Amino acid sequence: MKLKRKRLITDVLIIGGGTAGCFCAMTIAENSNLDVMIVEKAHIKRSGCLAAGVNALNAYIAPNETPESFVDYVKNDSEGIIREDLVYSIAKRLNRVIKRIERLGLPILKDQNGNYVQRGKRSIKINGENIKPILAEAVLTQDRITVLNKVNMIDYLKKEDKIIGGLGFALEENVVYEIYAKAVICATGGASGIYRPNNPEFSKHKMWYCPFNTGAGYAMGIRAGAEMTTFEMRFIALRCKDTIAPTGTIAQGIETYQVNSKGEPYVNKYGESSTATRLYATVKENEIGNGPCFLKTKGIKEEHEKELFKAYLNMAPSQTLKWIETNSGPASENVEIEGTEPYIVGGHTGSGYWVDTNRKTTLKGLYAIGDVSGGSPKKYVTGCFAEGEIAAFSVIEYVQDRQIQMLEEDEVETKLKEINRFFKNSDSPYSIGEIESAMQKIMDEYAGGISARYGYNEAKLKVADERIDQLFKLCYQLKATDMHELLFIYEILDRLYICKVLIQHLLARRETRWKAYQENLDYPQKDDNKFLKYVNSRYENGKIKILFRDLVGRDEFYEHSNQKR
Amino acid sequence: MNFMSIRIKKDKCISCGKCLKVCPGNLLYKDEDGKAFIRYPEECWGCTACLKECPAEAIQYYLGTDIGGQGGYLYISRDKEYLNWHIVDKNGRKKTIQINKQESNKY
Ligand SMILES: Cc1cc2nc3c(=O)[nH]c(=O)nc-3n(C[C@H](O)[C@H](O)[C@H](O)COP(=O)(O)OP(=O)(O)OC[C@H]3O[C@@H](n4cnc5c(N)ncnc54)[C@H](O)[C@@H]3O)c2cc1C
Ligand code: SF4
Ligand code: SF4
Repeated sequence: MKLKRKRLITDVLIIGGGTAGCFCAMTIAENSNLDVMIVEKAHIKRSGCLAAGVNALNAYIAPNETPESFVDYVKNDSEGIIREDLVYSIAKRLNRVIKRIERLGLPILKDQNGNYVQRGKRSIKINGENIKPILAEAVLTQDRITVLNKVNMIDYLKKEDKIIGGLGFALEENVVYEIYAKAVICATGGASGIYRPNNPEFSKHKMWYCPFNTGAGYAMGIRAGAEMTTFEMRFIALRCKDTIAPTGTIAQGIETYQVNSKGEPYVNKYGESSTATRLYATVKENEIGNGPCFLKTKGIKEEHEKELFKAYLNMAPSQTLKWIETNSGPASENVEIEGTEPYIVGGHTGSGYWVDTNRKTTLKGLYAIGDVSGGSPKKYVTGCFAEGEIAAFSVIEYVQDRQIQMLEEDEVETKLKEINRFFKNSDSPYSIGEIESAMQKIMDEYAGGISARYGYNEAKLKVADERIDQLFKLCYQLKATDMHELLFIYEILDRLYICKVLIQHLLARRETRWKAYQENLDYPQKDDNKFLKYVNSRYENGKIKILFRDLVGRDEFYEHSNQKR
Repeated sequence: MNFMSIRIKKDKCISCGKCLKVCPGNLLYKDEDGKAFIRYPEECWGCTACLKECPAEAIQYYLGTDIGGQGGYLYISRDKEYLNWHIVDKNGRKKTIQINKQESNKY
């Protein structure tokens, strides 16, 4: 098999047609006459995190809150390590983007006075089952947006220190796309499948985060030398056992609490309740023999149960199927909970590209938005929308008077050869699936996965680092027989790059900043004197270089030093 | 053959290809007869996008036994702004939950 080349040109290339990517494309189209191309590995109608639906808009400024109080909350929940400028810029836009998605057709619950009904302090209730088709529809009505579905991007095209486009391959034809643009926006979401999952056997993809977001955007950035931040702040979710369905719907929807097998509430034993403490407390209770742990739902009214059945069908249908097919339900049984494998997700925690206040990365011509962009935890859906808008307005200005640049013929041919080698490789001793499992097992055991109760130390990380290097070699020997296998190979390669960077970040933070998310057993205490800083990194000449950077305040406008005007 | 993700009923499939299009993992393909099938069942996320898209109600979703599946399954029928979720338990008893797409969750 040999792949053909196709060259395309556009003004703005958006990689990943998910939450942030679609919203950004719409904003550019509505506010300029630029041509926009979205390249999406699946199909924008149901791709990415929103495929099954979401349950609430989790970032919202309630009438008794302010953008400032929102930033305070995120900062406190994240132990001080956030980019306040980024979170603040999101906070100021949240309610506006909510109005926009409502106008596009998203049903939001309102009271008699027409006010949004809250779920907890910072969420509002919606029917999010259809949110992705609504977004896709809005994108498709814009003539200036072209969507290339079923094309998986694998690398940026770079000239000197500037990103001039992207390279990817189609899944339904034997074609490699070489796409040039005046600016590129990365919106590929976060990364799952790095660690061994909760259900490692047949149901391995019954996980919380989208299993098809395998961190391509991070890996492309790492390879191109972009600066990354806060990878060590992994996100580990507290979820319904087995189905790994979200718990907020129950915890905030019916305002219940967590109990251990003896029926005792336990979270407060482990400190002030925060997203990380609720998880950590559950891990610890299991460790000392008080498991299993539950959300206390037994005894709720039948009408509440019915509403929960519906709410889960609109977001994580496995949970309702499980309740009904086992003749059970939250009214008759408490809901068991567990921690997931660690994910790298900039929309929940802070891992991702190091960006300026406009979401420009350290590589010229490249922006990053949504879960792939770092420094601002707790973005969720509406924060991703807000970042889509922020980048859109900046990009419209940035591309004025810029020209398309292209690579030399031989440079493109070299890249094509790198892809084609996977078809030419002779049979590899290991299968694609075996390499994936090996990676997940190494990370699980040596880099703080579920089996290690999320803790790690330097000695173990060093083993992980060596073994990941071995897997790189084996991965390059893998053979693809069709486009889907080629996709699987690249999905592993990308995650191996992420593992390498993640391990260095975990090593660099010689303290324990976040319970469970980043628990360095060599340094079990928080050390504000030394580590009230961002851990950043850059991949240079095959090595990962760690940089510590000072915290950025909420009223600062942060610019990269190489891009100051 | 186990059905511990989705199962596509060949006799019902009208080969429209819509499920192939929307699967976020690109897991669905057509066989020699032009009927849809899941090529990588263990890669399925369980998002049910394919079920919602299928005009022939040909797709059923099963939980793996490793996560508590007992042989029950769900399928979806559409009726204008409604989605009808039919859940059939291991004894063949069916429960239908109707959801209006325009109506917000209470939780
Ligand atoms: C199950 C679940 C439930 C959630 N519930 C809520 C909720 O109730 N409320 C809330 O506010 N937030 C919720 N979130 C969080 C929220 O959905 C995410 O933070 C947000 O959707 C992320 O947006 P994104 O654009 O970064 O990623 P996505 O929307 O996932 O978009 C990324 C896109 O990039 C594509 N892509 C990936 N790699 C490539 C590649 N190499 N080439 C081309 N395309 C590629 C993907 O297919 C995908 O379409 C939930 C998340 C999950 C997973
Ligand atoms: S349920 Fe979702 S992931 Fe599974 S086959 Fe259908 S569309 Fe694909
Ligand atoms: S959507 Fe339904 S009818 Fe159409 S190809 Fe898929 S299974 Fe067959």
